Amino acid sequence: MKHTINELEDIVSQVRRDIVRMVHSCQSGHPGGSLGCAEFLTALYFETMNHSKDFKMDGAGEDLFFLSNGHISPVFYSVLARSGYFPVAELATFRKLNSRVQGHPTTHEGLPGVRIASGSLGQGMSVAIGAALTKKLNKDHSLIFSLHGDGELQEGQNWEAIMFAPHNKVDNLIATIDYNGQQIDGPVEQVLSLENLQTKFEAFGWHVITSNGNNMEDIVKSLEYAKSLTGKGKPILNLMSTQMGHGVDFMVGSHKWHGTAPNDEQLASALNQNKETLGDY
Amino acid sequence: MKKYTYTEKKDTRSGFGVGLHEAGQKNPDVVALCADLKGSLKMDAFANEFPERFIQIGIAEANMIGIAAGMTIGGKIPFTGTFANFSTGRVYDQIRQSVAYSDKNVKICASHAGLTLGEDGATHQILEDIGLMKMLPGMVVINPCDYNQTKAATLAIAEYEGPVYLRFGRPSIPVFTDPDQKFEIGKAWMVNEGTDVTIIATGHMVWKAIEAGEQLEALGIDAEIINIHTIKPLDEEAILKSLRKTGCVVTCEEHNKFGGLGESVARLLSTELPSPQEFVAVNDSFGESGTPDELMTKYGLDTINIVEAVQKVIKRKK
Repeated sequence: MKHTINELEDIVSQVRRDIVRMVHSCQSGHPGGSLGCAEFLTALYFETMNHSKDFKMDGAGEDLFFLSNGHISPVFYSVLARSGYFPVAELATFRKLNSRVQGHPTTHEGLPGVRIASGSLGQGMSVAIGAALTKKLNKDHSLIFSLHGDGELQEGQNWEAIMFAPHNKVDNLIATIDYNGQQIDGPVEQVLSLENLQTKFEAFGWHVITSNGNNMEDIVKSLEYAKSLTGKGKPILNLMSTQMGHGVDFMVGSHKWHGTAPNDEQLASALNQNKETLGDY
Repeated sequence: MKKYTYTEKKDTRSGFGVGLHEAGQKNPDVVALCADLKGSLKMDAFANEFPERFIQIGIAEANMIGIAAGMTIGGKIPFTGTFANFSTGRVYDQIRQSVAYSDKNVKICASHAGLTLGEDGATHQILEDIGLMKMLPGMVVINPCDYNQTKAATLAIAEYEGPVYLRFGRPSIPVFTDPDQKFEIGKAWMVNEGTDVTIIATGHMVWKAIEAGEQLEALGIDAEIINIHTIKPLDEEAILKSLRKTGCVVTCEEHNKFGGLGESVARLLSTELPSPQEFVAVNDSFGESGTPDELMTKYGLDTINIVEAVQKVIKRKK
């Protein structure tokens, strides 16, 4: 391992501080899903992926990540900055005028680390499949990772992509579902039930693994296991259970913090629960 | 009037098919994606010679656009192929976010555009696609006029870096442009120099504009005819230069009058050189079933409609 679990958890603590400070500063954005995916993205960028912080759009010879549920941009931006893609000070410009750190991720302002715009939901799996196909054509044996919300799976384009990937043996793709059971209007089971996601993906021909996205040791091991399953003719689906708002007690498990910013008192409380480990931006 | 002749009629989609095949031979990074219309899009030659670089998507256009966007990462040049309706309206948000806003080098190639798709009727006859595509920042919009020009345009967009919408059609129409032409994106083609009126035409309407020019000559009207194959970026200089000479314009397109080439010309002229303009275009309606010729007549896109529009616009000149 490149880092110990403790070291990775320290990074997560700083990422959580970044998330709540960014959202508080502009009084807008999506803290809940961002907090729930802090372990996953930290594990990906600090442990799992072979990637270069010298950003090149083509990403030849390196593992690539695509964020489909672009509204959890705070966690993506924090992890990109903390892993050296751009200065952490730039996080202070989140959602503000003339910033590269837009409300939803985009290539359009030239922010290093972002390879596709996302925000309008349901498009990222197709894009990830396309990048995976190009890797194969280029005889590039590195991998494609992607992240999708569970509510996002209500978008039909996903199911076109979910059907395509096994048929075409896109086995260099590890797609992860942030399975937190919440969406803007309430619990996913009430808004539009996903039923049994594992058997659904398996029926489409994916190799499905499950993981606990808020347990660093488990997510690191699960991603390593997922990597071991690549190259065997099937795309890999990591069904990752998380808690929306994980790490900030008053945000945990509630869809109310999907897209709400904390006030000053709530920010102080959130920061008290997550120690400063790498220095605030 | 410069004389234009033809020895054969061919469909513009076949020009695309031949151009795609040749682009694939020239550049190993060219890949082709198709949503279950390989035959209709004339992609067989490419698919047969380069099976690894041909991706059959199935009937899933949104997925096709997303996969094409992703394939650019790593240097591929994806050409997507389906009917114009399913290339644009059906997947507008995918094109907007994953291609245009993401600055991806995707070539959206659309056949069976306009009324001349014919018997399938209005569900398949998109007349709004030029408007949809030209409104996207950074999108190049091209509508070539015959088989040879479509082939040349296909080769040219393979060498251009950036998103492109290439629109072509189903019916066999006269082949009258140079088979060895150099296609320059954004550069108007002067079909015929004249002094009394400027006729600006795109796509299938260019041949009809030539026919109209011949009829107008017999009536003593000297028409300048310009082929705008690239609707965006518009060759503003060529249009303004012509209008300074003629003082009036008729625009001709197989598209709704709202959002098409005519409106692009009107926008330019309103700020730079206000001039009388008439529109030969579909009058804000859907199409219907019928033969291509019947439909072009019923919806006012025939040679006679251009002649009448010219006579009307000339009367409006001061």
